[in-house]
Amino acid sequence: MTESTPVLELVGVSKRFGAVEALKDVSLALAAGEVHALVGENGAGKSTLVRILAGVHRPDTGTLKLDGHELVLRGPASARDHGIAVIHQHPNLFPDLEVAENLFIGHLPRGRLGGVDWRELHRRADELFASLGVAQKVNVPVRGLSVADQQLVEIAKALSTEARVLVMDEPTAALSTHEVERLFAITRQLRDRGVAVLFVDHRMDEVFEISDRISVLRDGRHVITAAASELTPDETIRHMVGRRVESLYPKEEATVGEVALEVRGLTRKGVFNDVSFEVRRGEIVGLAGLVGAGRTEIARVLFGIDRADAGEISVLGKRVTIDNPTDAMRHGVVYVPEDRHEHGLVLDFSIASNISLPIVSKLSRLLVMDRGRERDLATDYSKQLQVRSTGVGQSVSGLSGGNQQKVVIAKWLATRPTVLVLDEPTHGVDIGAKAEVHRIISQLAAQGMAIVLISSELPELMGMADRVLVLHEGRVAVAFDRDALSQERIMAAATGHPEK
Amino acid sequence: MVRAVEAPASSNLAGRIGLERTLALIARLRELGILLALAVIVLVVSVQTPVFFTVSNFEQILLSVALIAIVAVGQTTVVLTRNVDLSVGSVVGLVAFVTGDLLKEHVLGVPAAILAGCLLGLGLGVLNGLIITLGRVPAIVATLGTLNIYRGLAFLIAGGKQVSVIDLPKSYLQIASSSVLGVPTLIFSAIVIAAIAAYLLRYSRTGRQLYAIGSNPAAAEVVGIPSQRLVFGAFVLCGLLAGVAGVLWGSRFGTVNAGAASGLELQVIAAVVVGGVNIFGGSGTVVGAVLGAILLGTIQNALTISHLSQFWLQAIDGAVILLAVGTDAAIRSYFQRILTRTGRR
Repeated sequence: MTESTPVLELVGVSKRFGAVEALKDVSLALAAGEVHALVGENGAGKSTLVRILAGVHRPDTGTLKLDGHELVLRGPASARDHGIAVIHQHPNLFPDLEVAENLFIGHLPRGRLGGVDWRELHRRADELFASLGVAQKVNVPVRGLSVADQQLVEIAKALSTEARVLVMDEPTAALSTHEVERLFAITRQLRDRGVAVLFVDHRMDEVFEISDRISVLRDGRHVITAAASELTPDETIRHMVGRRVESLYPKEEATVGEVALEVRGLTRKGVFNDVSFEVRRGEIVGLAGLVGAGRTEIARVLFGIDRADAGEISVLGKRVTIDNPTDAMRHGVVYVPEDRHEHGLVLDFSIASNISLPIVSKLSRLLVMDRGRERDLATDYSKQLQVRSTGVGQSVSGLSGGNQQKVVIAKWLATRPTVLVLDEPTHGVDIGAKAEVHRIISQLAAQGMAIVLISSELPELMGMADRVLVLHEGRVAVAFDRDALSQERIMAAATGHPEK
Repeated sequence: MVRAVEAPASSNLAGRIGLERTLALIARLRELGILLALAVIVLVVSVQTPVFFTVSNFEQILLSVALIAIVAVGQTTVVLTRNVDLSVGSVVGLVAFVTGDLLKEHVLGVPAAILAGCLLGLGLGVLNGLIITLGRVPAIVATLGTLNIYRGLAFLIAGGKQVSVIDLPKSYLQIASSSVLGVPTLIFSAIVIAAIAAYLLRYSRTGRQLYAIGSNPAAAEVVGIPSQRLVFGAFVLCGLLAGVAGVLWGSRFGTVNAGAASGLELQVIAAVVVGGVNIFGGSGTVVGAVLGAILLGTIQNALTISHLSQFWLQAIDGAVILLAVGTDAAIRSYFQRILTRTGRR
């Protein structure tokens, strides 16, 4: 299958977002009638590549070629017009419209009077699903369908426009085993019809089950493309993690104290199961795993955003109930989420106002904020964390990513927490600022804070953490002590392919 | 977002198909629910006050509802696209006054004045649409502005004058009092307008695209639906229908001053929302909105006949809105919860 002419090609594509180079000179060719898997760690550039194919982003340099001719995508509609259909992890349908309408919304069949011919519409929709071998009612609103069924609607929609390239971005992330099998059967069928399928995934078993060829991205670069038969899961994992410098992050030695956070049998149904671990004062415990493995979800439960279905949480040896973030803060547990724009910061507020946000009531007397104390406090923390700004009155929106992250951390430090949960604290932060954030984390641990560090960057975990728990599909697959850590081991456990 | 190993797929599937059916049913039940509420009210009030259950009273109710229903049809198209038009009351008032004034001053003949009134409504809708699509001003803000501007314009033009029955030609006044095929013209026009709009929203591509825009604006962009143009069109249509209602308003009431139809926009939006049109766009029907208008009109009539005070009238109006929308939201979130439980994995 590798010999056939490529339908769609990326030639020397690069894309940069601010300080981050998401893709560097990537070339990739998709052939008709192949399932091509694209694998890589979180942040390797897979999503950026998908968005370029979807017409959402345009490459800074390099070109796309369709049937050997240069192709410029002016937007998602233009990608679709050129026969490139992208199925995102979260289906993008019209929940209020019927399934059949969703399939044909751009080109609804018309009857003699020029009105929509509903009977014909339903007939064609039925036909499409029948050709996929799927029983799906077509006259019901999409709102009621499961994610798996919505994906099938997306696939059927792609077929309705006669897509020649089908890009699936981690389509199995939300599916049950049974649903994955059905999806694979349909994928093979499409391949046999001559569709070029790009399958973005990072579960090794799935990748090797479905794909004809595999391409690996690492740090935005294309590492290798090979026939699936010529690779083994171990080799693929090695290509994904590569060999990188690991001495970037100086870790301070901290005195390890009493158990600060203890989690026993924590379960949130269908999200994660029976998770147990403990973190002592002065310790940094890393949570590794792929996106969707349950890392962030555990953090959300610890901070009371979501509720656990079972299990217990203890802070400093005392069993606590955390039903909402206020409870969590009262017990000294705070969470710095990954998306600082959406959850962490009020961009229009000043640095001082952001830092004082969680402790507003402590800084107020008779409903009135004590602005002086707010300013002093903010100045203290800004200095301690070396936030670079024109002053604590500056609006946060004007700060760099690294400095914004420091403000988020400062905000939570102001509550004097016992346990600090950091979710991808260096995501989207440039290298210089990264080292500073690491220094801060290390110092906080040295001061006796218990830290849970969620990170997709293996070198970061290996450099910072005293212990690393690797999650796979909502379970703790394995826990490594600092001296037993290796990138290959972590990645193998995270992709469900542990060493023998 | 993790694969569950335990979930028995088959029982889930059966449950889901049941849910799909229920959901589809709820969508259609909304109209039935209003009819049921109507029936209950009619029954209860008829027993207590026999005057209520008479042909002439029902005609009265429908007459007073007709104008609101016409405007509600336009409002529905706008709301479906995840927008709102707060200026409709002012448009009705301004058009009613200008049309009356043109006739009073003998500037135009009756047919020309009617056309002018409708075109004025259309023009005001164009202005709304331009501010919202080209100016990128949120509809609620833009039309709050034009609500005041259009009303101010009416006062400016009126300069304290008013148009009374004696100023108006008979042929104009007769529009409201005449009937077509035995149905009062007002009611007849409302039925025709609602029927055409209902057909177009269900059976034209453009109609379906309006739903799509409100249901998922980002996805609408992806499939190449010309959202801006369609939203603009919805506001123009809404303005035009408010203009038609304005022309009929003058004919029905005869006496028009610059404050005519003040607050009508709230009655219209109430009808639309009670009628099951989702205020966040994407779902609802014209038939629902018209039924909503009739329900609110009937309640108002029943309360007036029962000699309740104006306060109760307004309070009950408000309660009906909260009840209708609250029930809707509760049912929706209930099913959404079940769906995310069984559906996600």
